Amino acid sequence: MYGAVWRLLPGPLAIRLVVALLLLLAVVTACFLWLFPAVAPYVPFNQQTVEESTP
Amino acid sequence: MIRVLVRGFGELLVTAGALVLLFLVWQLVWTDVVADRAQTRTTDALEQQWDAAAEGDRPQVVAEVDAPEAGAVVADLPSDVVAVLRVPRFGEDYVRPVLEGTGELVLQDGVGHYDGAALPGEVGNFAIAGHRTTWGAPFNPIADLVDGDAVVVETAEQFHVYRVASTEIVLPTDVRVIAPVPSRPGEEPTEAWLTMTSCHPMFSARERYVVHALLESSTPRADGPPVALQAAGVG
Repeated sequence: MYGAVWRLLPGPLAIRLVVALLLLLAVVTACFLWLFPAVAPYVPFNQQTVEESTP
Repeated sequence: MIRVLVRGFGELLVTAGALVLLFLVWQLVWTDVVADRAQTRTTDALEQQWDAAAEGDRPQVVAEVDAPEAGAVVADLPSDVVAVLRVPRFGEDYVRPVLEGTGELVLQDGVGHYDGAALPGEVGNFAIAGHRTTWGAPFNPIADLVDGDAVVVETAEQFHVYRVASTEIVLPTDVRVIAPVPSRPGEEPTEAWLTMTSCHPMFSARERYVVHALLESSTPRADGPPVALQAAGVG
């Protein structure tokens, strides 16, 4: 999986490293902005209220 | 072929592990930092706005000049701010916004006021909920509160000082704690209570930590911070 990505990257080693880092950064950013906020309500330590029936 | 499959599976597992770790970093560190900053901005903007409004009430001040500035401040505020919460036990500079509602998104922006609960200083139960961990964790030290501690609720007009009267740990379904008379649903309230709810134990949703406080005094905001805050060095 990662080997295939690495082989697809163009240019010499330095360029590949930079592009790989940028890709990683993009993935982390996407996680922080969209994925994690969407998942957060389902983890067990995010409920603070008393309610008739717990969600 | 098999080797490729095994390697691919291994990489998937490593990726999943890294994602879980990254999620924990986001949840435990990142949300705290971001929400902390946002909540401080909210209370700052709110106090400025209230001060500006108080200035405007005085007849000798020509309010027209200040009006656009006050409008700019309002733009920073989340909708439906109910009050500003100060708890000397949580630290001298502890200030948090109280917003209307207890939805998940509201609680990311501050302390939430249960829909339909009494307003600050009102007879009944001013019931509020807040995160104990993550999202700025406004109620993180809630278990440090002991009977007699001051909980100060500031509104545009008044300071309300509540004194902690009892604490309890209940099940998440135990809504009687936020009844107008705490723990006695259906009874007609004659006193002004404040109830704080948060998760318990920390990082779990198994139970709720609940603190009840009784109104001690309400003073006009113009008279300055109440003694309970001055003793703690606030104001």
